Amino acid sequence: MESVLEPFQFEFFRNGTLAAVLAGGLCGLIGVYIVLRGMSYIGHGLSHAIFGGAVVSFVMQWNFYLGAGAWGFIAAMLINQTVRRTKINADAAIGVITTASFAVGIVLISRYRRFTRSFDAALFGNILGVSQTDVWVVAGVALLVAGVIFVWYKQLLFTAFSPEVAQIYGVKTQWVDTLFALALAAALIASMQILGVTLIAAALVIPAITARLLTDSFGRMILISPLIGASTGLMGMYLSYYVDAASGATIVLLQAIIFGLVLAVMAARRRAGQRLVHTHIS
Amino acid sequence: MEPIIDLRDVSFRYTTVPVVEDIDLHLHRGQFAALVGPSGAGKTTLLKLILGVLQPTMGAVVIGGNRLRGEPVPQVGYVPQLETVDWNFPVTVSEVVLMGRIRRAGLLPWPGPVARREVDTVLDRLGIAHLAHQHIRNLSGGQQQRVFLARALIAQPAMLVLDEPTTGVDMRTAEQVLHLLGELNREGTTILMTTHDLNAAAAHVPWVICLNRHIVAQGPPEVVFTEATLNETYEGDMLVLRQDGMIFVQQRPHGHGYRDVVPEPVLGHHLGEER
Repeated sequence: MESVLEPFQFEFFRNGTLAAVLAGGLCGLIGVYIVLRGMSYIGHGLSHAIFGGAVVSFVMQWNFYLGAGAWGFIAAMLINQTVRRTKINADAAIGVITTASFAVGIVLISRYRRFTRSFDAALFGNILGVSQTDVWVVAGVALLVAGVIFVWYKQLLFTAFSPEVAQIYGVKTQWVDTLFALALAAALIASMQILGVTLIAAALVIPAITARLLTDSFGRMILISPLIGASTGLMGMYLSYYVDAASGATIVLLQAIIFGLVLAVMAARRRAGQRLVHTHIS
Repeated sequence: MEPIIDLRDVSFRYTTVPVVEDIDLHLHRGQFAALVGPSGAGKTTLLKLILGVLQPTMGAVVIGGNRLRGEPVPQVGYVPQLETVDWNFPVTVSEVVLMGRIRRAGLLPWPGPVARREVDTVLDRLGIAHLAHQHIRNLSGGQQQRVFLARALIAQPAMLVLDEPTTGVDMRTAEQVLHLLGELNREGTTILMTTHDLNAAAAHVPWVICLNRHIVAQGPPEVVFTEATLNETYEGDMLVLRQDGMIFVQQRPHGHGYRDVVPEPVLGHHLGEER
């Protein structure tokens, strides 16, 4: 028992684990909408865009959360509007807007070489450097996003299923899109410190697609996905402590393994079902 | 009596070319009408104008006495084409039907007892109550169409608008869907649908509207489905046959019929007539 609790004697581990569980759950929750709207790439793109925003905030001496948050929100809205108003598909819009935003960050870093702040944590995550303030930020954002999804659940579901028809049935889809962009930007900023720009996309997508394999009901998917995200956050932190590996990468690898296992089990069940049908026919 | 759909001199254009023009259309409560015309005739645009998704560039769209100003109205229940539905989306039949109650939905994500009762009632009315917890992909074409009809009906609309309800389903299912629409109409539901299936429209729908940018003709199919009207609507050579009170419509082949391509003896050989 003592060895199980051993890591928790360190404050950095307590903070990190709490943040990983919260960020895992948060990404799992919002990832459901991302996957179902066919925008899996948006997490990857938007986290890069936010990186650009983070650099701009630093150069302009703005508050990091406000600056990077506004940047991420504007990028998400630009993507939504480009897809709605032009013939450009979501993947292309994400590619253009977010990469350009990331490039702004890189240009600024190369231009102002007197940076005193390291952006490594933003790029690769630094779960062990998570402060109590960071934990509060993730907790606040997770609560806020869960509240938004709780209140606008039906509107978000209808818009994800069929935006044109949702509009005909009276859903203000533009507002739903705006709300979703805000929630996504907030979730990404809150999770960036923990998972990093490079790993956040996986944390958004893997729990959601794993949940999709496990259920055909949206109501169940939205419960299973954050559960997978939060539990892999906890297990990943433990694993990373004992195998002495990078925490963010361990969490994502664990999610990928669980996805692979679920995929294999589902495929085996499908094959068994087909065999049963063949047996009955012959 | 005030028409439920009242289009007054309506025109709409996306660019400089009008998609529909000078449309005067008045449908009354209890009518069952089909909008027919070739692809690009403006059928879907006209539906979108009635649904309030598009605003006319000229004229007025009045639904249930209210003039539309780019805002969908609750009086209309919409059933989209089955081909536009994402069948892999994780939703069950009851989850889809509940979407139709969105204007009257409470704050909680899960349905309350009233909503559940309404879902049960509408599914029961359409004969698919036993499928409530099935995923929509696991249903037959007819059952899928009933699910989306149930979603429209639970919204308690004054009328139903259906976009090609018989497209993408086999003949038997199309027949069942039109029969069901006829039943709903007899129970008092006003229905407007678009279709490419002229024969089905002739057999099941009491009022047809021929559209090709403007309204060419409208009235009962036995009056409207003449070769002259359909030739003008489809800008083609249409053949109309009448037998035992039924109407059959077919496009006349222009040098592409099999008899024009395949010589008679060869045909006879294939059919085994030489023996």
